[in-house]
Amino acid sequence: MSAPTLASTEHPAALALARRSRLRPWEALPWVLAIAFYFVFPRYLGFGTDLLISILFALSLDLALGYAGIVTLGHAAFFGAGAYTVGMLAKYGIWTEPVTSLALAAGMAALLGLASGWVLLRTTGLTLLMLTLCTMGLLEELANMGAQYTGGYDGLDNLPIPPLFGLFEFNPLYPKTQFLYSLGVLFLGFVFVRTLVYSPFGQSLTGIRENMLRMHAVGAPVRRRLVSCYAISAAIAGIAGGLWAQTNAYVNLSALGLDRAATILIVLVLGGYGRLYGAFVGAVAYMTLSHFLAKAYPTAWQLGVGLLLMVIALFARNGIIGVWDGLTRLIRAKRTSP
Amino acid sequence: MIFGVDVASMLLGGVSAGMVLFIVSVGLSVTMGLMGVVNLAHGGFAMIGGYVIVLLMRQWGIGFLPALALGFIITALVSVVFERLFYSRLYRSSELDQVLFTIGLVFVMIASVTLRIGPENQSLTLPSALQGQLDLGFMHYRTYSIFLIGVGVLMVIGLWFGFERTRMGAQIRAAVDNRRMAESLGINISRLFTITFAFGSGMAALGGGLGVEFLGLDPQYPLKYLVLFLIVVAVGGLGRVTGVFYAALIIGVLDFALKQYLPQGGTVFIYALTILLLLWRPQGLFGGKAG
Repeated sequence: MSAPTLASTEHPAALALARRSRLRPWEALPWVLAIAFYFVFPRYLGFGTDLLISILFALSLDLALGYAGIVTLGHAAFFGAGAYTVGMLAKYGIWTEPVTSLALAAGMAALLGLASGWVLLRTTGLTLLMLTLCTMGLLEELANMGAQYTGGYDGLDNLPIPPLFGLFEFNPLYPKTQFLYSLGVLFLGFVFVRTLVYSPFGQSLTGIRENMLRMHAVGAPVRRRLVSCYAISAAIAGIAGGLWAQTNAYVNLSALGLDRAATILIVLVLGGYGRLYGAFVGAVAYMTLSHFLAKAYPTAWQLGVGLLLMVIALFARNGIIGVWDGLTRLIRAKRTSP
Repeated sequence: MIFGVDVASMLLGGVSAGMVLFIVSVGLSVTMGLMGVVNLAHGGFAMIGGYVIVLLMRQWGIGFLPALALGFIITALVSVVFERLFYSRLYRSSELDQVLFTIGLVFVMIASVTLRIGPENQSLTLPSALQGQLDLGFMHYRTYSIFLIGVGVLMVIGLWFGFERTRMGAQIRAAVDNRRMAESLGINISRLFTITFAFGSGMAALGGGLGVEFLGLDPQYPLKYLVLFLIVVAVGGLGRVTGVFYAALIIGVLDFALKQYLPQGGTVFIYALTILLLLWRPQGLFGGKAG
């Protein structure tokens, strides 16, 4: 019996892939919630903007760490590169228009990601970890040293950011524009990342993470894929950094340091890495808790975050979403078995 | 002549700082080489040791040397608890899990010390025999720095002997090179891990106490020097005692000299050199073939 020849789009594997990337109804939820937030909490829009930027940054890390398996401790380097690109261009009156500034920030961060990735991604494991740390440290020290251009430790403040599209005024005190602008950028970034991870390119990244040797064996251009993924991830981190600089109207050394790199890593693993919505869940959980607890009880907060990380590393490798998945599976199993 | 004395004092300062770096980092190199755990919390054990030593001396009036010994023992015992309870579960985990766990542990250590003792910088009063200047014939130099150099040299000799000439050392070297083979030869790996981890943490504690003069001692210590300790280990090579020794000396002298002559850009130089070195020799300057 000869199997009827299927068109390539009807092949079971192709159908399975298409099913995986299908939009589900609940995927509208984050955006509905974000819009609701805009109307319900007008006084917390500044916090909301920070939250959206963190989601975008965590999403960029997810691409490199969660999908391609590049264990990096230096992702804040790209966030900082984007932030300083926007900041310096605006401060010295070279280029201030918000949207194109973000594009420039993305380009700068992507260049940095491409150059450093091309060199660093030859290595793996501890060496790679050290190299990402040292690259970030190098940038941080350079920003500190070039005080006449970067403002050194104090950074650059009062960045002149003109109205968005020439119409909507940026105002840090009443940040309606910032929130909607950041939401728009995050949406575009998310759609891009979602499309990317379900594309053959994204599939090959997962393959590289799971078994690099086998991907070499099937002829996938492993190194090129890793470097491109790293550069794309860097570009998105750069956009997040640029957005951060624009909405705060300042940029300083806190944009690129171990603190920021560690925080975003915590945000991502708290939500769950290697899954699109981990960045959302992690950022909401972490930022909300931190907003209310970190300022009031900084030391207890640090203790709590530390304990949480230890528990995640030992018991809950897939973060909140992983725990949720496990629970729903458990309940479903109980229901089906009499 | 003035220039000669200048160079000599710079070398002495750098070498004694390097000795502290060596004493703290050597345990990290051996445990990372042996167990393959990326232990970002190593500096935390140095901090615990430093605090134990400082508090023993201040609260109970114990002398400097006995306090060092007690700091070594107490920190080693604490680290055994951590190793058995937590680290032993991480040996087969991914690097990311190890990084997360040890960062979490650093946070917990920092927060606990801040809560119990307070965020301020601690100081340590050296015994009078170690204060002041020592006449070296051609110049005077701080006695404590000379003492540190002596201690460091004794330690590297002792460690070298222990590593190269004892049964235990041979077992560790065997396990670093090929863990499975060592296990199948009947070496009790988990016991070896515990002992090595305890010893490495105890050494870090000594370094924490001896280095209060150079590195200070406050709750942020483990994060502040994390990258520095990691650089020493990466440059020296994993599981290499002598490699770490040379690396610590090089970095100590370089750091000391750069801070004096190039106070603005010194750290950039060290980062850049480390990046270039790791690209050239991922296994470190003194490491064997990467494996």
